[in-house]
Amino acid sequence: MTTALKKPSRKVLMEVRGLKKHFEIKKGTFKKEIVEVKAVDGVDFEIYEGETLGIVGESGCGKSTTGEMLLGLLKPTEGTVKFMGKDLTKLNKKELREIRKDIQVIFQDPYSSLNPRMTVEQIIGEPLQLHTSMSKQEIREEVIRLMKVVGLNEEQLKRYPHEFSGGQRQRIGIARALALKPKLIICDEPVSALDVSIQAQILNLLKKLQKEFNLTLVFIAHGLPAVRHISDRIAVMYLGKIVEIAERDELFANPKHPYTEALLSSIPVDHPRLRRKREPLKGDLPNPANPPGGCPFHTRCPYAQEICKTSAPELKDYHEGHLAACHFPIE
Amino acid sequence: MRYFISNVIKIIPVLFLISLIVFILVRVTGDPVALMLPETATDQEREELREALGLNDPLYIQYFNYMKDVLRGDFGDSLRYNQPALGIVLERLPASFTLALSSMAVAVLLSVPAGIYSAIKRNTFSDLIITGASVLGKAMPNFWVGIMLILLFSVNLGIFPVSGSGTLAHLVLPSITLGTGIAAEMTRLIRSSMLEVLNSEYIRTARSKGLHEAFVINKHALRNALIPVVTIMALQTSTLIGGTLITETVFSWPGMGQLLVQAVNLRDMAVVQAATFIIAILVILSNLTADLVYRYLDPRIKYED
Repeated sequence: MTTALKKPSRKVLMEVRGLKKHFEIKKGTFKKEIVEVKAVDGVDFEIYEGETLGIVGESGCGKSTTGEMLLGLLKPTEGTVKFMGKDLTKLNKKELREIRKDIQVIFQDPYSSLNPRMTVEQIIGEPLQLHTSMSKQEIREEVIRLMKVVGLNEEQLKRYPHEFSGGQRQRIGIARALALKPKLIICDEPVSALDVSIQAQILNLLKKLQKEFNLTLVFIAHGLPAVRHISDRIAVMYLGKIVEIAERDELFANPKHPYTEALLSSIPVDHPRLRRKREPLKGDLPNPANPPGGCPFHTRCPYAQEICKTSAPELKDYHEGHLAACHFPIE
Repeated sequence: MRYFISNVIKIIPVLFLISLIVFILVRVTGDPVALMLPETATDQEREELREALGLNDPLYIQYFNYMKDVLRGDFGDSLRYNQPALGIVLERLPASFTLALSSMAVAVLLSVPAGIYSAIKRNTFSDLIITGASVLGKAMPNFWVGIMLILLFSVNLGIFPVSGSGTLAHLVLPSITLGTGIAAEMTRLIRSSMLEVLNSEYIRTARSKGLHEAFVINKHALRNALIPVVTIMALQTSTLIGGTLITETVFSWPGMGQLLVQAVNLRDMAVVQAATFIIAILVILSNLTADLVYRYLDPRIKYED
């Protein structure tokens, strides 16, 4: 997959520039004090057609917020999201609803993301009813086809979500996302709520569907192992910023940013004798409402120097699209 | 269906118990003879009347006789009207139903839009006004609201009649009196229920499908948010039918509530017993209806057979 994505054949599907989302939180007895949380604080990247881009980071690093802005479900404070030449941030509500045909989403929790009062047929069929001129019978046939594609069967058409297991529900969610034949699907931690044995099934299903439907995927996860299986490129986020972005194999082999290195060393190994030297991160994720100055990672970085406390490093290209934001990248 | 039947069977012991409690309470709270005869009546006359009414028998024999008649559909004769008590009570039912339904209509018309609006506009000024109004509405007792409405609309403005029944205009003030109290409670419930649903993931899913926001709220959110509201509506309807004692008295509305108050005052035992019996059945029926509607509204609810 990686070789096929070398530069000449790459076509940019989505271009994100300077994307920011700041939330205002009112604090204090009379809610007079306004604290600004910089959930996403200046993010730039591209999504190429046909690839899977993994976005990884701890809870609260802004990865899901980024996902919602890529979908146009959330208005960014600043920055642009260009999808096939159109800037999503400038579209009106009607145009945004239209763009749903092309950008879909699979949510994290298959238990709460399906309306409990709708049957599978209604859940999967609703987007078709909305965006196409198909007749009822055609919609039903299409829903059945989609259910088969994701590994469900026709008899389950009239069932309600609560009659399914977590994995099956996520399959319903995937079928729903596929219904409109979108170009881009944002997967917001689609497997983290599932059993480990089911996780692999769903990941394999997504991989299979990607090939079949020529999909572009953005795969948001909080751990590297989940995205390793499925991603072509991986972006690592920390406190609302991308600290490193690279091809998957390159990232795993030569991490440049100390945070990526720490994430890699925290992946459990398969065999006890293979136990490697682990360098657990010290301390907790700083409060996003009050992030540290300079490089946001300097409070937990084992290599931090004076300059890291005062000046924030820019993303720099080190090797054919391997970008990292660090004053002292790992050689 | 089996669920329904088994619940209907469960009603029987409940009704039996209610009849026993009411039977005893009516007898320990006062002596009808004292009210029926003039103060100048002699002790012998009182004793004769007691004997004739069967009030001198031991309580369990009285109850046994009473139940024997009840099973045949005979609740005894009203001491005041000298007519079968059940007939007198049933005569009042249409008036009670009319008032209950129109009050519920007022409550729904007020609370559903208000609750939805304040949930969508949460923490804004309009939300504050609506929540404040519903606290106030809940805090004002019915009889006071009734009297204030009479003062304003009947006495001062002369738009609506003071009391009585017969025309649609007579229905307006009592319906508003009862409806606003229930609306206050329902508004708060709808608001919180809506807020919960609006924050749920499947609303995000609905938005991600590209649905119009109005459609998201009406189809996806409201239908789920109304499930708990249905319970309150069913419970309130049953209270409205029998429990509107004060409002019916304030407006002289010829419903069961008013009848019951009069019957209690006059120690008209047969009427009190028949009325409470009917009210009990109505309460049970409306709860049962709520159960069934619930099942229809929420496919997750499955009743074990």
